[in-house]
Amino acid sequence: LSPNLDQILLSAKASDYLIGSWWSEVQMGPPDPILGVSEAYKRDTNPKKMNLGVGAYRDDQGKPYVLSCVRKAEAQIAAKKLDKEYLAIGGLGDFTKACAKLALGDNNEVIKSGRNITVQTISGTGSLRIGANFLSRFHTEARDVYLPKPSWGNHTPIFRDAGMQLKAYTYYDPKTCGFDFQGALNDISKIPEKSIIMLHACAHNPTGVDPRPEQWKEIANLVKKRNLLVFFDMAYQGFASGDIDRDAWAVRYFIEQGHNIVLSQSFAKNMGLYGERVGGFTVVCKDAEEAKRVESQLKILIRPIYSNPPMNGARIAATILNTPDLYKEWLGEVHGMANRIITMRELLVANLKKEGSTQNWQHVIDQIGMFCFTGLKPEQVARLTKEFSVYMTKDGRISMAGVTSGNVGYLAQGIHAVTK
Amino acid sequence: FVPGLFNVPQATPVAVFKLSNDFKEDANPKKVNLGVGAYRTDEGQPWVLPVVKKVEKIIVADNSLNHEYLAILGLPEFRSSASKIALGEDSPAIQENRVGAVQCLGGTGALKMGAEFLRRWYNGNDNTKTPVYVSAPTWENHNAVFANAGFEDVRPYKYWDAEKRGLDLDGFLGDLESAPKHSIFVLHACAHNPTGTDPTHVEWMQVAEVMKRRKLFVFFDSAYQGFASGCLDKDAWAVRYFVTQGFEMFCAQSFSKNFGLYNERVGNLTIVARDSDNLKRVLSQMEKIVRVTWSNPPSQGARLVAITLNTPELFAEWKDNVKTMADRVLLMRASLQAKLQALETPGTWDHITQQIGMFSFTGLNPKQVEYMIKERSIYLMASGRINMCGLTTKNIDYVAESIHETVVNVQ
Repeated sequence: LSPNLDQILLSAKASDYLIGSWWSEVQMGPPDPILGVSEAYKRDTNPKKMNLGVGAYRDDQGKPYVLSCVRKAEAQIAAKKLDKEYLAIGGLGDFTKACAKLALGDNNEVIKSGRNITVQTISGTGSLRIGANFLSRFHTEARDVYLPKPSWGNHTPIFRDAGMQLKAYTYYDPKTCGFDFQGALNDISKIPEKSIIMLHACAHNPTGVDPRPEQWKEIANLVKKRNLLVFFDMAYQGFASGDIDRDAWAVRYFIEQGHNIVLSQSFAKNMGLYGERVGGFTVVCKDAEEAKRVESQLKILIRPIYSNPPMNGARIAATILNTPDLYKEWLGEVHGMANRIITMRELLVANLKKEGSTQNWQHVIDQIGMFCFTGLKPEQVARLTKEFSVYMTKDGRISMAGVTSGNVGYLAQGIHAVTK
Repeated sequence: FVPGLFNVPQATPVAVFKLSNDFKEDANPKKVNLGVGAYRTDEGQPWVLPVVKKVEKIIVADNSLNHEYLAILGLPEFRSSASKIALGEDSPAIQENRVGAVQCLGGTGALKMGAEFLRRWYNGNDNTKTPVYVSAPTWENHNAVFANAGFEDVRPYKYWDAEKRGLDLDGFLGDLESAPKHSIFVLHACAHNPTGTDPTHVEWMQVAEVMKRRKLFVFFDSAYQGFASGCLDKDAWAVRYFVTQGFEMFCAQSFSKNFGLYNERVGNLTIVARDSDNLKRVLSQMEKIVRVTWSNPPSQGARLVAITLNTPELFAEWKDNVKTMADRVLLMRASLQAKLQALETPGTWDHITQQIGMFSFTGLNPKQVEYMIKERSIYLMASGRINMCGLTTKNIDYVAESIHETVVNVQ
């Protein structure tokens, strides 16, 4: 009685049966503002084209850079012949412990007292999403998340999708291409109590503008007065100054001052593990007992999304963080990447001057991390893309990582042409 | 002073993981873990497939590979070859350019993406009230996946007949007939979890007929392709039949079990649409959902599967590895049934060999399950589900005797 499937396949065209579609009302989604840039770049045939869109590090030949400590870690892991059994929902223990130590510092009281819970996440995005879901479910005192103006483009849709409301506080000063400290304090002083405030730990994305330590201190004080819940996004630890501890200074200071923060970390950039999706989400609780309760709830949130996280990248990161000579090598390589970017900033400004630009480009050097907020307006960006095949996001942000000693001159030409 | 998360209650642990934990802590040397659904060798060890080891070496040796971001929807050569596995290489739907896919974090991730999409776009823009039907019983995470995606009405459809220990076809068809139009049905493509009971071909045809007539949405969960019969094509019969019947549908695929890649989170949401234009728009909206959840998927596992599926000798070796696993399960089924019959254990035990795939619904009740755990250190789910992979030639006698003792002494 079993029907012959071949006969069915041969005799009937499936589309004979298809009457309508469930999806006729589905609109075409607009391209992602950041990732869409890379796609447009790929289609361009100009040999001089430059991709300054997404923040992925490139070496001075413009090539992706696989860290040497990563290759060594991979070889070590391969030799161990490990199995592929499911990780726990919260991820690889060796990784999550090391991840927390990296952010908070080796001898941090929080870790010693067990009052943090750190789970492995799908890189920074996954961490922010878990955090957003957690706050949406349990931080019932407030629905509002305050982002700096501007912030990473994906912050808003992530929090919105999790059911939170987005507001903003002044951050970037377009007149100086720097930090609007007073503006930020003014806005923060008006944020309703118990709201969530998002702070970029270092290497602010997209502006590259970070508060100075004295400014962080005042912010921390004001945030305490306003009784706000702090959500730190740290996607570039090591990339800002080249120094792991310096880049985590703000996070550690806030905790010292008694803020029980939540924290997202990414290893996409600082370990070059982009596609392996390595990240962590930490909640600093009042004590170990609260941390256990929070952990149990994070697991409940994670399980219906992806059950448990991927092993490969976490295993690489854990190996590096927990093996002294690999860790040392990694610190050197992060320092090297940060330095190359700093050098490119200097070269870009030097070349702009050489081109005869009379604009003030000091901010290119003052800004920190992978990104530079050039100050270019959308029309100028459009021209730069159209006439020079230089691809960047329309807010004027460029990824310095895409700049090399080979193309910095061309970039300066283009920027000068559209700004003179 | 700082706002504390003081009001966070302790959540109950996920049952299947708690079971594994309790097993770990048990000191009894005769303990047997018939809990979580992962394959084990006859030595009771995890098994990294030989073909996987081979491909890992290939990847390590290839210096042209790096760790750059994949596209939002994943590795193209993975997505297309994975969909071919489900639908068949010669699938007319593929030839008609109306099949697409989203690489996801395991089968769970694929279900999640499908659920999120359906909630936003399926039948109007807000499907929070659209009923989602999952089998009674079903994989315990199905409920949570759809509920968390915003579906407020997740209901059971009749499936398992506890008395006759088989499929409740009349109940199943009855629920299909009475479901509100446009309801979403989650169907297990093969090797039903947890019962191991699959509809026959004729029964699937009946299900399809009702679903087509009543305009119900087909969402296949395919986590065990290859594991049921040992043959990939045979295990995909239901999915492919539904395609020939003209359904637009989703199929959430997992490569955790059939590739043994559990912790690399390799999954694929295969989408069959009416035409390529609809497909394009669907994929563009899937990207938006991916972007706010994990941005782009992990590369290692997808690379591994793609290389395997796209290299003829490796593909053949993989199919062989899958058959090895399926055959061992079949052997354990036959052995267990034979031993229970030899012991003259009360009840009928044909269901052990009739059921398909990794799991068997033994029919043991909660009291009997508790006895097995506490008195015999044999760990199984409260539902009476056992993982056949936990059985080995070395422990099968102990397990058979334990089942016998339990059934005789505990009612």
